[in-house]
Amino acid sequence: MVLISDFAIQGAQMLLVLLLAPLFTGYVRKVKARLLRRQGPPLFQPYRDLVRLARKDVVLAESASWLFRIVPYILFAATWVAASLVPTFRTGLMFSWSADLIAITALLGSGRFFLALAGMDVGTSFGGIGSSREVMIASLAEPAMIMIVFTLALIAGSTQLSTMAAFMASPAVGLRVSLGLGLIALVMVAIAENGRIPIDNPATHLELTMVHEAMVLEYSGRHLALIELSSSLKLVLYVSLVACLFAPWGIESAGAAVPTLAIGVAAYIGKLAVGGFLLAVFETSIAKMRVFRVADFLGAALMLGLLATLLRFVSGSF
Amino acid sequence: MLTIVLTCAAALLLLAPLAAVFGRGAAATPFVYGASSIASAVSLAAALMQLLGAAAPESLTLPLGVPWLGSHFRLDALSAFFLVVVDLGALSASVFALGYGRHETAPSRVLPFYPAFLAAMTLVVVADDAFTFLSSWEFMSLTSWAMVISHHRVPENTRAGYVYLVMAGFGTLGLLLAFGLLAGPEGLYTFAQMRSAHPSALLGALTLALALIGAGSKAGLVPLHAWLPLAHPAAPSHVSALMSGVMTKVAVYGFVRIVFDLAGGSSWWWSIVVLTLAGATTVMGVLYALMQHDLKRLLAYHTVENIGIIFIGLGLALAFKAHGMVFAAALALTAALLHVFNHSLFKSLLFFGAGSVLTATGERDMEHLGGLIHRMPRTAFVVLIGCAAISALPPLNGFVSEWLTFQAILLSPELPSWGLKLLVPAVGALLALAAALAAACFVKAYGVTFLGRPRTPAAESAAETDTYSLAAMFALAGLCLLVGILPGAFIDALAPVSTALIGEHMPTQIGAQWLSIVPIAASRSSYDGLLVFLFMVISGTLAASAIHRLASDRLRRAPAWDCGYPDASPATQYSATSFAQPIRRVFGTIVFRARERVEMPAPGDAKPARLKVELHDPIWDTVYAPLAVGVGVVADRLNRLQFLTIRQFLTLVFCTLVVLLLVLAIWS
Amino acid sequence: MSGISFDIAHLLAGSLVLVSFLELYQDRLYALLNVYALHALVLAASVAWQAFVQDAPHLYVTAVIALLFKAIVIPVTLHRLIVRLGIHREIETVVGIGPTMLAGMGLVALSMVVMLRVTQSADPLAREDLAFALAVVLLGLLMMVTRRNAVSQVVGFMSLENGLVLAATGAKGMPLVVEISVAFSILIAFIVIGIFLFRIRERFDTIDVQALDRFRGERR
Repeated sequence: MVLISDFAIQGAQMLLVLLLAPLFTGYVRKVKARLLRRQGPPLFQPYRDLVRLARKDVVLAESASWLFRIVPYILFAATWVAASLVPTFRTGLMFSWSADLIAITALLGSGRFFLALAGMDVGTSFGGIGSSREVMIASLAEPAMIMIVFTLALIAGSTQLSTMAAFMASPAVGLRVSLGLGLIALVMVAIAENGRIPIDNPATHLELTMVHEAMVLEYSGRHLALIELSSSLKLVLYVSLVACLFAPWGIESAGAAVPTLAIGVAAYIGKLAVGGFLLAVFETSIAKMRVFRVADFLGAALMLGLLATLLRFVSGSF
Repeated sequence: MLTIVLTCAAALLLLAPLAAVFGRGAAATPFVYGASSIASAVSLAAALMQLLGAAAPESLTLPLGVPWLGSHFRLDALSAFFLVVVDLGALSASVFALGYGRHETAPSRVLPFYPAFLAAMTLVVVADDAFTFLSSWEFMSLTSWAMVISHHRVPENTRAGYVYLVMAGFGTLGLLLAFGLLAGPEGLYTFAQMRSAHPSALLGALTLALALIGAGSKAGLVPLHAWLPLAHPAAPSHVSALMSGVMTKVAVYGFVRIVFDLAGGSSWWWSIVVLTLAGATTVMGVLYALMQHDLKRLLAYHTVENIGIIFIGLGLALAFKAHGMVFAAALALTAALLHVFNHSLFKSLLFFGAGSVLTATGERDMEHLGGLIHRMPRTAFVVLIGCAAISALPPLNGFVSEWLTFQAILLSPELPSWGLKLLVPAVGALLALAAALAAACFVKAYGVTFLGRPRTPAAESAAETDTYSLAAMFALAGLCLLVGILPGAFIDALAPVSTALIGEHMPTQIGAQWLSIVPIAASRSSYDGLLVFLFMVISGTLAASAIHRLASDRLRRAPAWDCGYPDASPATQYSATSFAQPIRRVFGTIVFRARERVEMPAPGDAKPARLKVELHDPIWDTVYAPLAVGVGVVADRLNRLQFLTIRQFLTLVFCTLVVLLLVLAIWS
Repeated sequence: MSGISFDIAHLLAGSLVLVSFLELYQDRLYALLNVYALHALVLAASVAWQAFVQDAPHLYVTAVIALLFKAIVIPVTLHRLIVRLGIHREIETVVGIGPTMLAGMGLVALSMVVMLRVTQSADPLAREDLAFALAVVLLGLLMMVTRRNAVSQVVGFMSLENGLVLAATGAKGMPLVVEISVAFSILIAFIVIGIFLFRIRERFDTIDVQALDRFRGERR
């Protein structure tokens, strides 16, 4: 009985993130538009976009190979599996022991690896510019993320996300310096990994300012739908990660009954709303950086993560 | 088991002169490589039975070599593991060469040395006394050197051979001195005697330094790596695979044997030296690799990075062992050894891929290739698996060893030493940085070589590789996937090695739920490669079938988006240099003093504009170039000894005699 | 000195180190002045918390001085100075931002090692706050060393002084008179530097220190 309910909870988590992801993207776009005193697209527009894209023909470049056609599915699979393992409304997910936070970071990295290869596949300069900039950003964002994982693991005593979330929700955690540094570094890395302003503009039409959009320039139809869904899912993943680690109030523990789970879901949706609003305000109030300033920005995130880890190594009370 | 291994080595040694005599016949190539593969397979089976059966170490003494010493051989857990690595590499290289060797232009210069090289590597791993070890080591260097200069008309190959010979000699000198120190004044040259003698702290430190110089230079530790990117690309591809994937591991075996086994207990500061060198090696190796556009040189520099990762694990094991944290030491050592195995798998696979590309197109330079995924689909598929494995992507094997190393780093705050408290987080950051840069490097290598559009007619007319080569590559790719999905079995297989060297081994993995691995405790961390792989496959297929069923599955082809400028030539796509430009700007400006210069012709001039990239190798400029200049200066000065008169020569002899007699008088 | 007050004191001291890194990251003068104001604000908060925890009311005066003078008066004055002098508003650094941050990391590690080893037997809260304070001092020095613009060197000097104040409040029992005398000496130094900057600007039309080097009497 417990097994079946655990299985159901894990399945519900997977479906929840999948269904909420386009809504979250629509919400952020709406808030940004409102902040700019525009009406903005409807909240459910991303769902309509995905359905419309999925129904269209795929227009494939003549020089594209089988790798180009298979990458959207690999990217989606990697992102969905990673997103299913981040606790949203309840810790102690059934399969949380199969991949810890390092493995989740590496799964997102493998999605990005294949997407960068797909950018190189058609053999035009647009894909190349996207892929080369994306791997430069990743070469600094991934080590920063690993340093943040180290800091959190050294505080919580485990790299398992469910254990970390449970520890952060317990009173034993305290207000640590390294946690503060880790939070700032995680927000910087999350912005970089999801290609939001100030690193990359997700709504740009100028190829020379693109990073992610240039890699997926040649994609169309159902492939593009999967890639858009994967980026929304990745954004929800990072917001959920920040929420479950640094704002763990409302997450239910493993043995909770179903009505309390409803409270957990409501708390999670509330956190997503707050996170989306803050993201929209941040993106509206700052300009996009020059590409080579991104290296300084992410280098600073790496230094912060390294400083936080160093402090944890040096003394247990930091 | 030991007798089987030695018989196979003897068979390989016999094969060498036979190949020299009959090398010109048409049947020589298949015969030599076929016989080598059979010998390697038998030896592999014997080593596997020794390792997996956790049998007691076997020893053997043969009346060869030095008269009063003989040749001692021993097959214990450590030797059995490295023998598995050597023989698996040898088997796959021999099978690959059954297909690749047909395109060799000078087979008589390669065939005699190949089986001798395999035999020498086997003998190094099972040697049990200093003389056997050193003579096999030198033999290994000489046979590989002979194969490096097999295409001696190419000028860079002769330079590569020269640098290789100098560095190999230098490394052997280091090992010679190390064994001399361990043997002591009584001349206890067998390993059993060295193990029971306990050297003082100073001797132990000197031994560590000499082992790092000797074994480290053969493995490719910075700053002694300079021969590696010259020599590995110069050899034929299956030999490059053996040198990168296997010979560097034999060097790691030498280091582990000397430092962990023979030199006994370590002082706490040894790990600081090893970790510093390893961290520098990891990052420098991958940065060098990112600047290359020669496929084989890129792979050779990448080997340097992976050797850095292995030495990080070994350094952590030394640190933990010195402070008595044996379980953590077992974890770090197992992570390092698992990476040894993994690296031999995917590096051989990638070199085989490079060899296939070289045979199909005649080009090693990535900027003359492109679009090979259409012409060589199966090679492209299997090389893709190799690239994904080396970039440490789950669910393949590179991720498992890297994950285990990270888990070992997370255990380090309990180390009391301050130096280690500051060094280990920095090394962890360097490791993470190197892993991300490695993924970038292989996106570049695979993307520019196989994807895109062909840049030259050679790339347009490439043909698919032959069956033997493909079989070897697919077997290695399958093993990469297997280790990634079922790492628990491989970790358990390493338990006897860890018990022999550290005294403890990691918790048994076989019983863990759903075949996951639990390196320390289930509450702390676990990873299940099989489940991750299954989840990815299920979600991917679910998404594919849902979309194809419910939405459309139509497809049509059209020209690529060209922004309104049709007929763009393949030269407009990204080349290797342009792909690496952001990373070169960020990292290379400081490390390599990288500068880009645009030579723009005057208006009206029809010449093309040129972009020149200037890179300076910092280690060559600071370490090797001054050394070479210094040696030249000293040699010039000493040259005057050639032109002395007879009276001056006699004076020299007379003075030497007097000095030696004085020394004898004072010292005795 | 229970857990939460420990943690808040560490959080504030750590934030001061973080803001010092933020100062090193800036490449525009007005932004640097804003970050310096933030630096002084965090210092004021930290001193106020120490006053609360140590039950030492005179430290509240220190906090108010830090807030008024360093967070408001000095940045506004420097802002006006920059406008009056018409100074070039980009900060030229000697080495790039990346190596500067790396050097900063090394200095933080160094101060951790030094302070935590030297003060083995002292009160744990004070030790770790002293380590952070030494880090802030060293980072202020790093900023003075790696910047070419005289105004950014002044800001580095001021953040160094902030680090000293943090150290002094961390060690219990800093009398008010010390703080007042330190503050006044800083004020005097500041006025002197300001006068000199005006004079230098009048004579040589620039306050880029490297350019000033050309006008030195003897040449090596």
